[in-house]
Amino acid sequence: MFYREAGQFKSSYQADQAIFPIIQDRWFMAIVFVVAYLVIPLIADEYWFQAVLIPFYVFAIAAIGLNILTGYCGQVSLGSGAFMAVGAYATFKLVTGFPELNIIIAFLLSGLFAAAVGMIFGLPSLRIKGFYLAVATLAAQFFILWVFNKVAWFFNYNPSGFITAPPREVFGFLVSGPEAAPVTRYYVSLIFLTIFAFAAKNMARGHLGRAWMAIRDMDVAAEIIGIRPLHTKLLAFGISSFFCGVAGALYIFVWLGSAETEAFDLLNVSFPVLFMIIIGGLGSVLGSILGAGFITILPIFLTNAPPMVGIAISADFAKHLEEIIFGVMIIFFLIVEPAGFNRLWQIAKEKIRKWPFPY
Amino acid sequence: MKTKSLLLVAAGIAIGATGALESKKAYSAELFFPHTVYRTGAYAPSGIPSANGFRDYYALLNKRDGGIEGHKVVSEECEFKYNTKIGVECYEKLKGKHGGAMLVNPYSTGLTYQLIPKAPVNKIPILSMGYGRTAAADGRVFPWVFNFPATYWSQASAVINYIGAQEGGLGNLKGKHIAHVYHNSAYGKEANPTLDALSAKLGFKLTKLAVDHPGQEQKATWLQIRRKKPDWVFMSGWGVMNQVAIKEAASIGFPMTKFIGNWWSASDADVIPAGDNAIGYKGTNMHPAGTKPKVIQDIIKHIYGGDMAKAKANNVGEVLYNRAVLGAFYATEVVRDAVKLAGGKRPSGDQVREAFENLNMSEARLVKSGMKGYAPSFKVSCRNHEGNAPGVLIQQWSGSKWTTDGKFYPAMNDVVRPMVEKAAAAYAKENKIKPRDC
Repeated sequence: MFYREAGQFKSSYQADQAIFPIIQDRWFMAIVFVVAYLVIPLIADEYWFQAVLIPFYVFAIAAIGLNILTGYCGQVSLGSGAFMAVGAYATFKLVTGFPELNIIIAFLLSGLFAAAVGMIFGLPSLRIKGFYLAVATLAAQFFILWVFNKVAWFFNYNPSGFITAPPREVFGFLVSGPEAAPVTRYYVSLIFLTIFAFAAKNMARGHLGRAWMAIRDMDVAAEIIGIRPLHTKLLAFGISSFFCGVAGALYIFVWLGSAETEAFDLLNVSFPVLFMIIIGGLGSVLGSILGAGFITILPIFLTNAPPMVGIAISADFAKHLEEIIFGVMIIFFLIVEPAGFNRLWQIAKEKIRKWPFPY
Repeated sequence: MKTKSLLLVAAGIAIGATGALESKKAYSAELFFPHTVYRTGAYAPSGIPSANGFRDYYALLNKRDGGIEGHKVVSEECEFKYNTKIGVECYEKLKGKHGGAMLVNPYSTGLTYQLIPKAPVNKIPILSMGYGRTAAADGRVFPWVFNFPATYWSQASAVINYIGAQEGGLGNLKGKHIAHVYHNSAYGKEANPTLDALSAKLGFKLTKLAVDHPGQEQKATWLQIRRKKPDWVFMSGWGVMNQVAIKEAASIGFPMTKFIGNWWSASDADVIPAGDNAIGYKGTNMHPAGTKPKVIQDIIKHIYGGDMAKAKANNVGEVLYNRAVLGAFYATEVVRDAVKLAGGKRPSGDQVREAFENLNMSEARLVKSGMKGYAPSFKVSCRNHEGNAPGVLIQQWSGSKWTTDGKFYPAMNDVVRPMVEKAAAAYAKENKIKPRDC
């Protein structure tokens, strides 16, 4: 009744090709933005910012990055943690080496470093596919982390190998460092997520995204119709790693504050990011965000839920319980909707369109 | 029937609630000690005894002494699986509960690193007792962090002192070969700079062998040790890594008497899985193990009602359990001083910090609190957060218990302290911290 495009006439190509062609979608997005930009900062406390929202946004950027590579271009990667680490360590070197450098520019430059590294490790994708490529990117994961752990130059010869986010300001607001207000850091991660999500969405809708999808669906056929596999695949690796690199930089500088390479390891980062896009939906920006929300927020919710309803259980039992329920929910969602949250969302939209008179 | 049972439940809750109120009334305030624990995962063998020690000592204070200066000791656990990210979430969750945390005891070097920058902002001091960031011993740069009674660097230098004593003097170390087997993380790497410096100074050969998290697979490491034949092996391990290392050392026939763990690598859970092969294994310590000490006897009496079996099932008397009791003792003593500073009221974060900096664990004070012979004695100052007497005891596993020669091996302050101050200055520069004058 409320959600239908009947009567909405497009009089230009531009209007027809808009990201959100239906006015209701635009309204919905407007509400989402108002909530994210205005309502949440007013009501959330430090715990929500620090433990829930900032990691959610940071991982959403990483998930969008991986989704470009795996979901759109069909190249399986287990190296997202390593590419994030490149971004983080590059930012660290940049901001400590050039203290006057604006940290936002440092984030973007580090993204470029990550893109370069990603393209190097993407080279094998021209020869190998599927599981074999996954193993090659796994090698990247181990190799890159090993380098950051081994070469003391990367962590400024700090005896313990930790990198720490120094305090840096942007337009007079402290963005990184311990004294940066949670709300500032929240806005930084949110703005990055907004820009990157729109960029990814537009790339996916355009010429580039179509080329990626053609490669994903059948690379031989794509080559025959004139898509250059080298160019396209490497671009996917580069752009994906750029996203991951910026996410990694935000991960340390805006969220955690300090870390060692262990923070980027396979089980802590690479696999969860892959799960985010599988659960959220391969080849979908919205799915990446929903998947990131599911994987980052649900465990925290499950741990905190029993005490919230007044059930006193020991901390370790709550953790075990969380792991059990979380695992069961992943299996449940994958059985019910293997195509992920994004597909669930689409089904819901179709249902609303026909509501209340389905035919 | 249904309403009746509902009413019963409601009545029960009401009675429970008034009961809770009643017991609250006896205390004037709550002193909250948040506790990040890891009872699950690869570090649980080390995490469980540690968590139990803290829990029991806090309970003991409430039961035996009626809290701290009349204030109730409240503690809450948060499980973080030794994963620093979850640990940060735990910290954010716990720090404001029960009117605010008195101090934090991260019990993880990785987590300590995360929390150090947050401490001055939240005004919650960090007690990283014998772990954490070594450079934090420089109180001018790290006013909110305390790592007495000895840092990793002091500990490593004390171990070299011990090895020197065994070899007949530090001069004899020239040409000797010492291997450092370490957890490949911030924690494990901590001792390396000191060992490097001492190797250069004393002329022994140093081989550094990293073991990747979680340390269940160490065949390659010990193969290298078999090949390189070091005279001594020093280990910085944690969790499941320790027992694996001891088993591997036994399997290549490395003499246990020349294998020394740091004080996080020498607890009961580490040696028992290796059985008789672990006999002779050495480790550093700062306090006695076993159930003999008075405070442990008190715990058995007050918390376990004299039930030795139940106490043993809760790790009472194990090295890491006793270590945690020591940590809880220092933490609560500091807060006791802070309560006095606050004129008997609930202290603020600044007052707890002040109490830390003026902490004087004199022998007389230890006698008074029944901890003589258990807790090391030292004095903290504004400049020196490590305490003025860093050093170690060496304990040895006999197959059933830890024995010690009772000798105290001091750290080499002349080597370690300048390194600490240099590292702290580098941190200050990187993070734009203006060191205090003291």
